[in-house]
Amino acid sequence: MLVKLERRAHPSRVMVAGAPLAAAVLTILGGSVLFAALGHDPVLAFHAFFIAPVSDLYGLGELSLKATPLMLCAIGLAIGFRANVWNIGAEGQLIAGAICGGGLALYVGPSGGALLLPAMLVAGALGGMAWAGLAAFLRVRFNANEILVTLMLTYIAGLFLSYLVYGPWRSPTGFNWPESSDLADAARMPRLLAGTRLNLGIVIAPAVALLAWIFLARSYLAYSMEVGGLAPKAARYAGFSQRRMIWLGLLAGGATAGLAGVIEVSGTIGKLREVVSPGYGFAAIIVAYIGRLHPIGIILASFMMALFYIGGEQVKVTLGLPSAITGVFQGMLLFFLLMSDLLIAYRPRWTGMRRASVRRPSDADA
Amino acid sequence: MIIQLKRLAVFLGAALLLVAGSALADDKLKVGFVYFSPIGDTGWTAEHDKGRKIMETNLAGKVEAKVVENVAYGPDALRVIRQLAADGNNLVFTTSFGFMDQTLEVAKLFPKAKFMHLDGYKSDANMATYSLRYYEPSYLAGMVAASMSKTDTLGYVSSFPLPAVLQIINGFTLGAQSVKPGIKVKVIEVNSWYDPGREREATEALYAQGIDVVAHVTDSTAPTLAAEKAGKYIVGFHSDRAKFGPKSQLTAIIPVWGGFYTKVAKSVLDGSWTNAPVWAPMAEGVLDLAAIGSMVPADVASLVMTRAGEIKNGTFHPFQGPIKDQKGVLRVKAGESIPDKDLYGMNWYVEGVEATLPE
Repeated sequence: MLVKLERRAHPSRVMVAGAPLAAAVLTILGGSVLFAALGHDPVLAFHAFFIAPVSDLYGLGELSLKATPLMLCAIGLAIGFRANVWNIGAEGQLIAGAICGGGLALYVGPSGGALLLPAMLVAGALGGMAWAGLAAFLRVRFNANEILVTLMLTYIAGLFLSYLVYGPWRSPTGFNWPESSDLADAARMPRLLAGTRLNLGIVIAPAVALLAWIFLARSYLAYSMEVGGLAPKAARYAGFSQRRMIWLGLLAGGATAGLAGVIEVSGTIGKLREVVSPGYGFAAIIVAYIGRLHPIGIILASFMMALFYIGGEQVKVTLGLPSAITGVFQGMLLFFLLMSDLLIAYRPRWTGMRRASVRRPSDADA
Repeated sequence: MIIQLKRLAVFLGAALLLVAGSALADDKLKVGFVYFSPIGDTGWTAEHDKGRKIMETNLAGKVEAKVVENVAYGPDALRVIRQLAADGNNLVFTTSFGFMDQTLEVAKLFPKAKFMHLDGYKSDANMATYSLRYYEPSYLAGMVAASMSKTDTLGYVSSFPLPAVLQIINGFTLGAQSVKPGIKVKVIEVNSWYDPGREREATEALYAQGIDVVAHVTDSTAPTLAAEKAGKYIVGFHSDRAKFGPKSQLTAIIPVWGGFYTKVAKSVLDGSWTNAPVWAPMAEGVLDLAAIGSMVPADVASLVMTRAGEIKNGTFHPFQGPIKDQKGVLRVKAGESIPDKDLYGMNWYVEGVEATLPE
């Protein structure tokens, strides 16, 4: 190995300030090379990626719309991650929430009153919790790895939704396309601002973040979970229940992901369809870590991630770039960001060529 | 002072150029295309893009096309479609069912632009649906397949049990039965439009059951490659893939978008565009069979071509009664053909198809 990463005794002060700067500079350099090599003006490309999408009210609305599910999923995940509960399946819990909330709306139909929407939100959160609860039960009862269980449950949720929209919940007037009927107006979140698609979700998500912040900062339970995450043995010695941690970590993630699912269905999509999320549950894992598992950090990170998505689309439309290139650029952005972030807590150390050549045979053996 | 004047002159010159440039651009009809997948070399989106290029050649100087590939279905598509309309694309084709609600929402925001949405059922004053009658060439392909089969069962690699797919498989089955009464069609669904791995496995599984001709309603080259490797026959879909299966591709069911996109763009240019739904038949040149392979005997090919002529001139309808469904229920009476409305929302298989549908 030529370069070794060593944990710093203290986070580097230079890098705390320098990391975001380094990420920005590297992105600009890398992006310029990429866009120029393809014959596009880098300035135009950067403008299209970072500025054009948010230069008007509509654009800001879209940004918030995209950030909402990311924010919700990431907050719930962060609560679990802090306690070393690895819920990878927020996507599945989001789908479960969409099924429960959307299903309730379809069941009630056009006769729904003012209570329908709150009931849907509760149903969505409960649906997500039930889905995550399966993983918690299996972990606590049989010590089944929650990473695998939550991931596998994602596919089950997706296929179950498929079954519903191809079968019993298919719209009778939809020419047999795999979609439910359009949700009735009472089941749709009202739009908040004319000219945008903003709905109540953009109020709910930060509110949930705030609640999570209070919970994490003030409650004894959150403290015990944090200790469990940082030093499991110490937590056990102190008598903190590991079972409770697992249940809570997973249920929190399930609740917020389920909420995100029902908000997508009620606010943005307006019906149940085969795919209700382009992978928000998975992207939220990155958002949670970019936000350092802190609710306020997550709010910022979700907006940043949303901009990456929307900027990528904008570049495709205005410059006519192939989607693979926008994907490369989005990947580059994240790579520089996470790499710089790593340098705050870790120090790269040059270990030299000789050692590398000496170690090579044993590497090959392994 | 002189420098300032110079700068002013340069500025004015640039401004004039810009104005002239935009005036020139305004004369052209800007046409936007929204694709759900990357363009690629063959398949669904590649064929749409071929059509787009032909339209640009046919109407050179009059149109200017803009393409956005790999756009996700659902709410995210709205931004892309809206941006295209906001950028002055006064004709926008959204080439997949999954863009329906978003196309409609943008159409309401941009009443002057025209929107064409593929395979849907919602429209507006400035939004029309368009679709192709794939079951016509699939009937013909079924005739070829049954003629070339030495067994009593054909295979179909299917994607999803959607009406458009059921029309194709049913048409194929009826065509096959017109040549060999009682022949069956075994269906395997891969639950994807594009999944080379699963498409290959499904094709191989059908061959392994002794079936010697397989057709598919999926988008990749995998079934053709699997057929070539197995030394069996394949009926291609979306693109002519004879170069991947010179010995195995009997024929292929292919859309031909160039003429259609030219026609629609022209109608917008001369103001004759209407929002009447389009369900285009073979007769309009939007669908075809790829050249029938040399392994197919000439008499079979000429029989198929005669039938193609009858379908095109309207003397023959592939869904002509009597037609029974899988349960033996008479769905289309003798002497009648199926009404378009029932056909468009088709949710049953004809007798002889071995597959189950979700209830």
